Amino acid sequence: MKLNLKIWRQKDAKSNGQMVDYPISGIEGDMSFLEMMDVLNEELITKGEDPVVFDHDCREGICGSCSLQINGEPHGPDRLITTCQLHMRKFNDGDTIVIEPFRAKAFPVIKDLMVDRSSFDRIQQAGGYISVNTSGNTVDANAIPIDKHDADEAMDSATCIGCGACVAACKNASAMLFTSAKVSQYALLPQGQVEATDRVLNMVRQMDLEGFGNCTNTGACEVECPKGISLENIARMNREYFSASLKG
Amino acid sequence: MGILDSKIPSGPLADKWTNHKNHIDLVNPANKRNIDIIVVGTGLAGGSAAATLAELGYNVKTFCYQDSPRRAHSIAAQGGINAAKNYQGDGDSNYRLFYDTVKGGDYRSREANVYRLAEVSGNIIDQCVAQGVPFAREYGGLLDNRSFGGVLVSRTFYAKGQTGQQLLLGAYSAMNRQINRGKILPFNRHEMMDLVKVDGKARGIIARNLVTGEIERHSAHAVVLATGGYGNVFFLSTNAMGSNVMAAWRAHRRGAFFSNPCFTQIHPTCIPVSGDHQSKLTLMSESLRNDGRIWVPKRIEDAQAIREGKLKPTQLKEEDRDYYLERRYPAFGNLVPRDVASRAAKERCDAGFGVNKTGEAVYLDFASAIMRYGKEKALTSGLKNPDDKTLRELGEKVVEAKYGNLFQMYEKIVDENPYKTPMMIYPAVHYTMGGLWVDYNLQTTIPGCYAAGEANFSDHGANRLGASALMQGLADGYFVLPYTIGDYLSNDIRTGKIATDSPEFDAAEQEVRDRIAKLMGGSGTHSVDHYHKKLGKIMWNKCGMSRNAKDLQEAIDEISNLRADFWANVRIPGSAEGMNQELEKAGRVADFLELGELFAKDALTRNESCGGHFREEYQTPEGEALRDDENFKFVSAWEYKGEPKDAVLHKEDLVYDNIELKTRSYK
Amino acid sequence: MLNKQLMSGLIKSSIARKVIMALSGLFLVFFLGQHFVINVTSVIAPDTFNSWSHFMGYNPIVQYILQPILIAGVIVHFVMGIVLELQNRGARGVKYAKYKGSANASWLSRNMIITGLVVLAFLGLHFYDFWIHEMTYKYIESNPEDPTRYYAETVHKFEPFWRTVIYVVSFVLLALHLLHGFASSFQSMGLNNKYTPAIKMFTKIYAIGIPLGFIFIALYHHFNQLTH
Repeated sequence: MKLNLKIWRQKDAKSNGQMVDYPISGIEGDMSFLEMMDVLNEELITKGEDPVVFDHDCREGICGSCSLQINGEPHGPDRLITTCQLHMRKFNDGDTIVIEPFRAKAFPVIKDLMVDRSSFDRIQQAGGYISVNTSGNTVDANAIPIDKHDADEAMDSATCIGCGACVAACKNASAMLFTSAKVSQYALLPQGQVEATDRVLNMVRQMDLEGFGNCTNTGACEVECPKGISLENIARMNREYFSASLKG
Repeated sequence: MGILDSKIPSGPLADKWTNHKNHIDLVNPANKRNIDIIVVGTGLAGGSAAATLAELGYNVKTFCYQDSPRRAHSIAAQGGINAAKNYQGDGDSNYRLFYDTVKGGDYRSREANVYRLAEVSGNIIDQCVAQGVPFAREYGGLLDNRSFGGVLVSRTFYAKGQTGQQLLLGAYSAMNRQINRGKILPFNRHEMMDLVKVDGKARGIIARNLVTGEIERHSAHAVVLATGGYGNVFFLSTNAMGSNVMAAWRAHRRGAFFSNPCFTQIHPTCIPVSGDHQSKLTLMSESLRNDGRIWVPKRIEDAQAIREGKLKPTQLKEEDRDYYLERRYPAFGNLVPRDVASRAAKERCDAGFGVNKTGEAVYLDFASAIMRYGKEKALTSGLKNPDDKTLRELGEKVVEAKYGNLFQMYEKIVDENPYKTPMMIYPAVHYTMGGLWVDYNLQTTIPGCYAAGEANFSDHGANRLGASALMQGLADGYFVLPYTIGDYLSNDIRTGKIATDSPEFDAAEQEVRDRIAKLMGGSGTHSVDHYHKKLGKIMWNKCGMSRNAKDLQEAIDEISNLRADFWANVRIPGSAEGMNQELEKAGRVADFLELGELFAKDALTRNESCGGHFREEYQTPEGEALRDDENFKFVSAWEYKGEPKDAVLHKEDLVYDNIELKTRSYK
Repeated sequence: MLNKQLMSGLIKSSIARKVIMALSGLFLVFFLGQHFVINVTSVIAPDTFNSWSHFMGYNPIVQYILQPILIAGVIVHFVMGIVLELQNRGARGVKYAKYKGSANASWLSRNMIITGLVVLAFLGLHFYDFWIHEMTYKYIESNPEDPTRYYAETVHKFEPFWRTVIYVVSFVLLALHLLHGFASSFQSMGLNNKYTPAIKMFTKIYAIGIPLGFIFIALYHHFNQLTH
């Protein structure tokens, strides 16, 4: 397969970047998208050029490191997968592929396609936890039965991998899906109730401080989320926020 | 015992840990505020240790090469975590978990450590539930369990196929709580380049800021290494691309002994390699073996026809299939331990029965499970005389609920529907049981330098049982290390802040800078990956699932030559200033090139077969591993003396007072 | 009680801003329905139309309480919409070279600002046509009350072809605005559950039905005059 890649190159956070064309050949359908990028980088290194920098680690769709806006969509055209699980069989010979970093003011570019997503960490630090000491001196795990339905739903929310595709896809670069997934996970479990009020207020405050946009319910985040996190989480967070505001 | 003192407390096995905790020195809360601890690696072990240490009052700095602690590779663990809760009432107990783990490890692990692991396992589940980890539950609202390889009880707790993720996010949330309190200072996108020793004690690290390229000095009263395993020495493994041995190896070069490097786990159920472009391998959870049946064609002609695409696996009749695990190991069947399952797959493929293009794959078939679940479902939902199609549909739904995400992952990668045609799997490097030698307190041979989780060698012997890695990581991090480290730090309450302008820090930083300059100064013939792939080939072919003396000797020589070539000719574009991913890789591969040789040397020294270490010279007539307890019932601990070939072997003899050594049999 | 946290939240928090958008929007949607019910009488019962219009025009509660609230609602919805839009544009930073919005979200949901601004421009015309006219009639020219004038005035407005076209186009855009906005306001207020499909269906019918009704009224009056 022969492809024409258009890739965002940017030396560092302070420099301006631009799109650069890279024709590439010998790509096979069984390669993952990142393996295709490996082939390109190997070529660039051989030519003495700087390889393209991008985040990646587990390459099995769970660590949330890999990003990439591919042909205008986070993690590319396929659904419910991350870029590392996207395979080249989804493309055709002769295709042009535009590859850009996830764009948001709260995700500044570090270099080329690598962005700084520490804003996500700071949202979690603001309240994405249950304040129990890790001594293990707590009640027996089966002392609190939890409705299977609630536990499963909490699990669905908890599967967020923090990749930022929701922000990248959203026309407003909103982080509501990400934030609401964590708020929901704890809101659905009895363990999370004690701190529910502070949690949602603090996490939303931090989310706003980071400069993410507002949610306008376009639903793009849900469609592009590699883990299928549902918009219901956002509604739940809105509810939680409202009742927390009333409680103060 | 030599110079190795494992500091195992005296007394009966079941009381050792409690007695030990009661007698070790503590640091009072006011003094903890004056003590700094560095934790390198923020996976299950590092993250949980950092959170607990900070909670106890120590000042903690964490380091990870990823952009966030949440991305550590613990996140990729799928199947579950063991705990001797006996919620299923199937006769489980601390002793049984201890016994299974020691037996599963082929009697090459320390009794006391393993018993402690079993003892705290139940607490881990309590802790995680309190933290909001959404474990799978039954309709009654109580926790659900599944079973894993090598055991006869159901003790594995799980959160869909993402147990590692949920446990890691639990530890990450505990960390976040401490970061928010200012007790943990996180340094993400930082790599530990060296360990700094002052007066023989670990007193800090030199780290590289991976974004700016700056070399930084960080001091502390103790350093915890929780940096995972070294499976990437094989290039292709289920580890993350960035997983590396650098921190552990730097510590090794500074005096920490390295134990059992040749004990590597090859996981039986991974998606087979599809071509030379392959950058990593993807695991399919062991939990699939609960329901999947492993087979290859009985007749070699059929295997050949399948490889050539002339025959489909679904066309093969039941009697033409060889369910070789069920045939060889009737008691455990498809749920034999990983090492056994992997070797059996290799044996069949080597004999010519492999099923994909490369001939290196076997089938994992869900057809009978789908029908079985379909019948159950039809019965419970009151369907009378359903046809096969309905049964299949019902069964597929049940299987989807259990393993949906794994099946989806398989389909995305292989482009085949595993509900309709059997999955293809093949063993791949997955976990390394070897690691830094630690005593009962998890302290390495460098005072003040600790190792936790996969980075140490302590609990799994020569083979790890499924769902035990998460258990060990969290046990070390939440419940063991935070207490045992106090024993050491109680001597440091008057030390005060460790200065970073000492000659020791100067020297360590200079060495790091020199090493980077040397890497950047290669002649530029080949990329880092070129060397890494070559190393991986040597390791897989000569130090892989089965090994022999001749191959191992060759591997030693080849790796040594490759290392020299690497240092002379590696090509790293760009500069050491700022972000340079090739430079990062080069530093890691440089260490793999040393470790790989020590690995082969360790395998060559161990003239027996045990667990994941299978020496072709030492096997029974039926092809099972032949252990030699008389001569090799020890932990090898290698002391660094320059080149890996000069490493000096120390032996920690293993004492079994509570378990009778037997030939491991799963028949 | 709304305490200090909520009050500061009202100004600062993204969620509160969204709730304000939703509430003001819902209020306007409700008003639209009421407006439609009155207008439809112009087709079926001109006398009823006259008397209801008169009531709306002279009842002090409607004039001095409900009318200011309505105007405030429009202003809040509009100002907040612009504020959110500006913030949202700023949140992206560098624009994508290629952004495939159509892959994951409807055109409607992504272009509320466009449909909204068109509707706003229409409201300008609508105010000019009716509200300014009313104000001039009542307060500047101080004409006496005439409970029979409304029907003729209204019908007369739809005589020019251009105005009818503008009305029709505007109501099409209003329908587009409502198709996303009405359902979206429930999500913003935290309502997403098993009733959501039903709510979505209702809002869809409403979003298409009511503007379609207005269009019908406009066309009815326009063509009715042509034939006379």
